[in-house]
Amino acid sequence: MSFISVFDVLGPNMIGPSSSHTAGAAVIAGLAQKMMTPPIKRVEFTLYGSFAKTYRGHGTDRALLGGILGFATDDLNIRNSFDIARQRGLEFTFTPNETETEVHPNTVDIRMENAAGQVMTVRGVSLGGGKVKIVRINGVEVDFTGEYAAVIVVQQDKPGVVAHITKVLSDRGVNLAFMRLFRESKGHTAYSIIESDGRLPEGITQELKQNPYIHDVMIVQP
Amino acid sequence: MDFRNGNELLELCKQEDCLISQVMRRREWELGEMAPDRVEAKMARALEIMRESATQPLKHPVRSMGGLIGGEAKRLAAHAAKKKSLCGPVLQRAITYAMGVLEVNASMGLIVAAPTAGSSGVVPGLLLALQDEYRISDERLLDGLFNAGAVGYLAMRNATVAGAVGGCQAEVGVAAAMAASAAVELMGGTPQQSLDAASTVMMNMLGLVCDPVGGLVEYPCQSRNAAGVANALVAAEMALSGVPQLIPFDEMLEAMYQVGRRLPAELRETALGGCAATPSACERCGGCG
Repeated sequence: MSFISVFDVLGPNMIGPSSSHTAGAAVIAGLAQKMMTPPIKRVEFTLYGSFAKTYRGHGTDRALLGGILGFATDDLNIRNSFDIARQRGLEFTFTPNETETEVHPNTVDIRMENAAGQVMTVRGVSLGGGKVKIVRINGVEVDFTGEYAAVIVVQQDKPGVVAHITKVLSDRGVNLAFMRLFRESKGHTAYSIIESDGRLPEGITQELKQNPYIHDVMIVQP
Repeated sequence: MDFRNGNELLELCKQEDCLISQVMRRREWELGEMAPDRVEAKMARALEIMRESATQPLKHPVRSMGGLIGGEAKRLAAHAAKKKSLCGPVLQRAITYAMGVLEVNASMGLIVAAPTAGSSGVVPGLLLALQDEYRISDERLLDGLFNAGAVGYLAMRNATVAGAVGGCQAEVGVAAAMAASAAVELMGGTPQQSLDAASTVMMNMLGLVCDPVGGLVEYPCQSRNAAGVANALVAAEMALSGVPQLIPFDEMLEAMYQVGRRLPAELRETALGGCAATPSACERCGGCG
């Protein structure tokens, strides 16, 4: 069992009204935007389950957009995130999906597009108490929480890629907390997610990309 | 220094000859990620947010996002100012603050989840009211928060604090148990009396369902925070008077968890039963249209 801090009980400090529907939503979107090269120009949210039913009254929409804008759960700017997004030229839409019910009740798909035209879709679920999980990236099932510093490597599923990743990280003295490989099917696109204790050093992105089968590297620091 | 249940917590208090708040502080220093001075600063910041969210609505009432609440704290304060309060100063202030925090929460203001957003009024409500009445220092109030944190930690570890899992008894019930335990320590009670008070609260709020109108954290949540404060005060008074509690906190927590898991889904935050399913609530909400 992981350590429960006194601040897990008396916390998070958050903009109300709901730790799952407001704070958790901001955390999910905050993680999603860290995976994109800024600036993000357009974002489309698809809401499922309880999120789809009650998002307005819980400010889930403002919190999600606030997360994309980089606001923490206790940042009052969340309340004005619609106006702030418009000022920054960020387009946004919200679409409730009440037909698909085979998902966790607090689920959101976030489709982001940046100025360079890169597109990414991230699915997150809000587990309660502000805790969240990213469960899908561009259609591939994954699993990480953002509580640890994480490297997300997009790669072709080939022998030797994982060995390259672990070598780069061990040369830089990174202590791995968790490492997992997720793939669609054999030989196709795979995602390695490596979570570490402490911050990840700068520059590992370039070193990781030296392997020809590694297409992209994302660093998500807490 | 760590403990897995209330019994181990009381043993530690006895062995080390210290209070629940002291055990909880040392646990955080030894096992948590932050240095002691940062732990203290973070708790002081939590207290600051609690005070702001409890007092702000007295001057500046706000309408909630869902439109079901707003202005209750100011009404309560105005009533008391006319010397018409039935409750007496501590309870009167405590319910005013508790409802104020929920008003701030429901209008997308800044609060501290304690242990959840929907139950965030109880702990600050009671502690700040005690501070007003008994001139307790901020340092001592921080002790109270660590004490409350110990009770909430045990509930998170050994049961649940999620309304969707255990009903309102797990949210406002646990928040009130935390507040009662903290109040006992602040008023000079023993660790045993703290946990007795926490147990009494869980006993008296056993079975309370989670039935938010429209699925929103507004109604009856705000009113239940006030009820939680009253339950906490009753239990603390009993414990401090030496009224014995037959059922230890650990057993009561387990009983709450068992009852919570047997609640039908309609009564666990789905807005399909209880208050949420009354004709008046449905008419007001119009959510199922």
